[in-house]
Amino acid sequence: MIDAYPIEVTVNGRKRSLRVAPHHTLLEVLRDDLGLTGSKECCLVGECGACTVMLDGRNVDSCLVLAVEADGGDVTTVEGVASGGRLSRIQQAFLDHGAAQCGFCIPGQIVSAEALLATNPHPSRKEVEEGLAGNLCRCAGYEQIIEAVLAAADPDAPAGSVERAPGARSVGSDPAATPDARVAPQ
Amino acid sequence: MRPFTYERPATLAAAIGILEARGTEAIALAGGTDLIISLRDGSVTPEVVVDVKAIEDLGATIRVDRDQLVIGARVVMEDIARDPRVRRDFIALAEAAAVVGSVQIRNRATLAGNICNASPAADTAPALLIYGAQVVAVGPGGTRRISIDDFFLGPGVCALAPGELVTEIELPLPAQPRGAVHVRRTRRRGHDLASVTLACAVLGDGSVRLSYGSVGPRPLLVTAEATVLADAGASAEAWSASLEPLLAAASPSARSMRASPEYRLAMLRVLALRALDTARRRLAEGAAA
Ligand code: FES
Ligand code: FES
Repeated sequence: MIDAYPIEVTVNGRKRSLRVAPHHTLLEVLRDDLGLTGSKECCLVGECGACTVMLDGRNVDSCLVLAVEADGGDVTTVEGVASGGRLSRIQQAFLDHGAAQCGFCIPGQIVSAEALLATNPHPSRKEVEEGLAGNLCRCAGYEQIIEAVLAAADPDAPAGSVERAPGARSVGSDPAATPDARVAPQ
Repeated sequence: MRPFTYERPATLAAAIGILEARGTEAIALAGGTDLIISLRDGSVTPEVVVDVKAIEDLGATIRVDRDQLVIGARVVMEDIARDPRVRRDFIALAEAAAVVGSVQIRNRATLAGNICNASPAADTAPALLIYGAQVVAVGPGGTRRISIDDFFLGPGVCALAPGELVTEIELPLPAQPRGAVHVRRTRRRGHDLASVTLACAVLGDGSVRLSYGSVGPRPLLVTAEATVLADAGASAEAWSASLEPLLAAASPSARSMRASPEYRLAMLRVLALRALDTARRRLAEGAAA
């Protein structure tokens, strides 16, 4: 049995030559061999999306890809989303909309959002929901996450004009406007 | 994960050679969205994993070949769900492919892999059954075509012989007007395995093809000629009465965690009636088939 296979993979724009065990996943190699711990290990069955990375331009669950399968491929993790020291539009929108709570799911959410807007620059709310359906947020910050993606897709839309789910309220909106508001805006 | 040897043959002959030589020690890897879970939980313990994604002969495209739409074994669900020809002529398949897992799963999972797993709950199976798909398999004995209805044998068991690989799935282009749809019932909104998954087609000649999965050991196909189920003007009572015998073959397991047999059978009726309604409307509108 061969213990390690040589692979060539481009990770966040940088070519890497690695030797990987055939039973190690792309997620394990990114985290343990390359120290890219932005992609999270969580369910390991393709349910949660915390491990989402882009492989050849498509978002995939890196816990369900063997590292050897990525040979010759182009991988973008959340660490590669910002460029030239500037956050991507989506990352900035996540900040602006208070979309990160504990933050655990956010790397995966951001990679899926980048993949979505790359193929569909102006998605409807429903398309954003579907595009991010494979990314679970245990803090249940879905409303802010969806708003952030819609805002990133349409940066010129006046604040507050993005489609909302009925009854939804975003962090930073006027708490006095809703009688049940108990949390001060951050 | 238990260690294994990894092979990535570039030709069909090489892949078949390895699969035949290693027999049950070898397993084919396509999208991996099911296999890697099984490798990790130890329910599958191969000595060698044969990655088929570098095999040029396994089509990576959807193409029209004479009177058929041919889906290559390397085509992923997301590309099937979005393909305009699939959406126009095989809408139930596009709809089924669009609900398999999440985008991340659909970007990896292949239709060929989905049918080879032969899960009773596979969402694409009922759609392939109503459209009369043929599975093209190549193995040590050459090439053969297997009707999709003969392909599913039981839970996790398909008709592939040792050393055989699915290379393509062929769908006959519609010969007459048709309205079709895929519907499913899941425990929760969002991605989940189906408690009932169903597709139906109402054809211009007044016949109906209905297929359902997750209510027995394998997905089933039933058909009816000149049935009131195709008649938009019939009464709800007449529809229910005609539907009943078509659902008689359903035999949901009491051991499944997802839903009780009673619930599945009740939902099967509801979904079948709704699906027939949509299929009749689509036929009348002459839209997607
Ligand atoms: S850790 Fe990969 S999908 Fe949950
Ligand atoms: S921010 Fe905590 S899991 Fe999403």
